[in-house]
Amino acid sequence: MPEPMTPVPTPQTQPFWDGAARDKLMLQRSIQSGRYFFYPRGFVPGHVNETYEWVEASGHGRLASYIINRRPLPGYENESPIIALVELDEGPRMMTNIVDVEPIPENLRIGARVAVEFRRRGEVNLPFFKLVGES
Amino acid sequence: MTSMHGGDIVVVGAAETELGALPDVSVLELHGRAGVAAVRDAGLDLGDVDGVATAGPLAMEVSHYLGVTPRWLDGTMAGGGSFMMLVRHAAAAIAAGAATTVLITHGESGRSRVGVPRWVPNPNSLGGQFEQPFGSFAPYSSFTVPARAFLHERGMGPRDLAEVVVAQREWAIPNPKASRRRPTTVEDVLAAEMIADPFTKDMCCVVTDGGGALVLTTQERARDLASVDRLVHVLGSGESAEAPLVSQMEELGSFHAFRRASAEAFATAGLEHDDIDHLMCYDAFAHLPLYMLEDLGFVGRGESGKFIAEGHTRPGGQLPMNTNGGGLSYTHTGMYGMFAIQEAVRQLRGEATVQVPDVKVSFVQGVGMYFATAGSLILSNRV
Repeated sequence: MPEPMTPVPTPQTQPFWDGAARDKLMLQRSIQSGRYFFYPRGFVPGHVNETYEWVEASGHGRLASYIINRRPLPGYENESPIIALVELDEGPRMMTNIVDVEPIPENLRIGARVAVEFRRRGEVNLPFFKLVGES
Repeated sequence: MTSMHGGDIVVVGAAETELGALPDVSVLELHGRAGVAAVRDAGLDLGDVDGVATAGPLAMEVSHYLGVTPRWLDGTMAGGGSFMMLVRHAAAAIAAGAATTVLITHGESGRSRVGVPRWVPNPNSLGGQFEQPFGSFAPYSSFTVPARAFLHERGMGPRDLAEVVVAQREWAIPNPKASRRRPTTVEDVLAAEMIADPFTKDMCCVVTDGGGALVLTTQERARDLASVDRLVHVLGSGESAEAPLVSQMEELGSFHAFRRASAEAFATAGLEHDDIDHLMCYDAFAHLPLYMLEDLGFVGRGESGKFIAEGHTRPGGQLPMNTNGGGLSYTHTGMYGMFAIQEAVRQLRGEATVQVPDVKVSFVQGVGMYFATAGSLILSNRV
């Protein structure tokens, strides 16, 4: 049976996946500008004179866009079909699945608040997101 | 002094192979057959070609397969819109004297998969870590994901996607080479099988085998060729790129690389939107012409859906668009860009199956690797 893909970290992305293993969503931030960036790199993209730090993100954001995939590839039949883009409160955007909701557009308002929930797949914890009440 | 833009560089040969299901033809043979046909169309022989550019196979695989000895090669791989960039690069190379006659080939066994390397998942890549684990692998589950943000921001919806399909089908119905030719309606398109909500099957491109090729040289050299009466001039071009991951595009409701590439094409051609008679917009999915009409500046923000629904891009409309039927109805081998350029060349030569009257200037917009790369061309049948 085909399995869904499990990420294999590179040395540059390892801190992100190490954080995920502890249920922490880790992002990089420029120390000079305060700007967050994602995906992980070993320097600040676009700025040779800046340096970065790893910081724990809030794990909160909003639903920015999504499809509901009616043709899952082999291995994904039991995964959430909601392939979504989430904009984190810190700025960066991530691909994810929205979980624990019936996959129909009526339930998935653009702009809805979401929160990260890590779930185990193979050797890593993957960042999925759930809808949360407005607060 | 030969210039890259302004018309000194010309397309002197253009040809497509058969399209559809070609289970007896390998990828390299598709490149070869397209290349032979384009060189023949130019009134040249393969010995006259000294530059080869392609995307997919390596440029030297194609040059050797064809029996061409190159002194200039370009294998810029920017996805399905690579060919817009390759025309631009060839124009620069010819203007600089690095090549005299450049052959650009495309061939893909997208449907029959003959001679195609097997795709190997790479969970160590950026996509393999940050997108594919969530089931976003195939074009229909990646390229489509930003579309709902685009529609939502503008108060648009699935009907606007369906209108794109209906408008382009009108061009495909009379075209015997087109894959989808059945008349359709917005209701039919919306009722088709749901693939990646909001995208139904008809809002996704066809999947075919086929090839195409172009020959470029200088206007000066073209004077001696049999194709001299059918020259298509490169007036302007542009290219740009954004993120290799669709999740990382700068703004979900606008692809800034379209804006940058098209602005450079207009600037280098010295033309304005009103000068454009014909538009080709690479349409792997129905949202792309909506993005392009707005990002290229042919309509204002939020006006793309209405513009198409009102019929302005259909036969007889003020801005005929995707006049072969596009990737949605004509053909889509995997890297459709070559076919968008071929249709622009045919329209400018007056040789299109569904010919638009009096086309003088055509704008061709490419996209590649989902929302990663953009290439723009402005072509004309006069200088």
